[in-house]
Amino acid sequence: MEKPQEKYQLMGYGTYVMIWLALLLLTGLTVTVAGLNLKNVAIFAAILIAGFKSTLVMNYFMHLKYEAPLFRNMVYIAIFTLAIIIGLTFTDISFR
Amino acid sequence: MDHGAEFALEKHFDPIGARIGMWLFLFTELLLFGGLFLLYAIYLNKHPEDFHYASSQLNQFIGAMNTIILLTSSLTMALAVGAMHRHSRKLALFFLILTFLLAAGFLVNKYFEWGAKIHHGIYPGSEELLQHPQGEILFYGLYYTMTGLHGLHVVVGMVVMGFLFYFSVKKSHKAVSLQPHFLQPLLGKKLKLTDSKGTKIWESEEISDQISGVEVILKGKQPEDKFASNTVKFENAGLYWHLVDIIWIFLFPLFYLIAM
Repeated sequence: MEKPQEKYQLMGYGTYVMIWLALLLLTGLTVTVAGLNLKNVAIFAAILIAGFKSTLVMNYFMHLKYEAPLFRNMVYIAIFTLAIIIGLTFTDISFR
Repeated sequence: MDHGAEFALEKHFDPIGARIGMWLFLFTELLLFGGLFLLYAIYLNKHPEDFHYASSQLNQFIGAMNTIILLTSSLTMALAVGAMHRHSRKLALFFLILTFLLAAGFLVNKYFEWGAKIHHGIYPGSEELLQHPQGEILFYGLYYTMTGLHGLHVVVGMVVMGFLFYFSVKKSHKAVSLQPHFLQPLLGKKLKLTDSKGTKIWESEEISDQISGVEVILKGKQPEDKFASNTVKFENAGLYWHLVDIIWIFLFPLFYLIAM
């Protein structure tokens, strides 16, 4: 049991509360933007804000920011895979 | 010293490996919901008017409330994990119960929301819904499937929180066994328990060759290694719960807000 365990980087309770406030603000922004009647841009704005909120949740609540690079790379690979699936399907239905 | 005893004390304990395993599981969840989001995007593309109309029929207020509830539950879950890392078990349990209650609140809202829709005859395969345009049928089909699957994840999350609670309040039982060859020199004698002042608490029968072993069971507060392994359980339950939150972060604008 002499193996040194990598130290878990602790985050202050205050940081979590700040992230939560940011998430609530962004939710308000999502609702506001949806009310602007931007037509086709609206859906992209909504997804963009949701993506940013997810990044906050993953980095802080899920501790990704302080994990070893392996974790981050795994997340990139997973999101990249999903992006390929979505991208290819959309190219298919757009040029049908 | 018997080497067997030494090896028995070594625990397989790898918090980083445990977290990697949890993340790998979360990726399968990402692809599960990702496929459904893809389906949603394609049908939205095909029937934009129907989707916008059907979306306007959903209750935006309940949707927004549930978003706030779920974001707050994510905060309390993160705080619970933080409290475990600071060795404040009571605070962690407090935040865990809060998270559980928020999750229950989310489901109660969902119940009223679904209930109102079903009351109006809007549910998959209903006669009322089948008279609507095809895009609306698809919208509600996806709405029930995706929010239903998400709701199921909330229920599973609550069950996981129940287990966390149980593991954290459970008293530990530690058993130490004395093998027969240790008893050999004790034949004809008695075992006695005394407190620090030497007062007798308990005394055994005389040890005869009828007795084949002695087991001492220690009950008491959770030892340090238990605390560490519970912290890993909190971490992984937290990761799962935050993913459930992330999925809702996407579900909310896509289902409730596209019509505004």
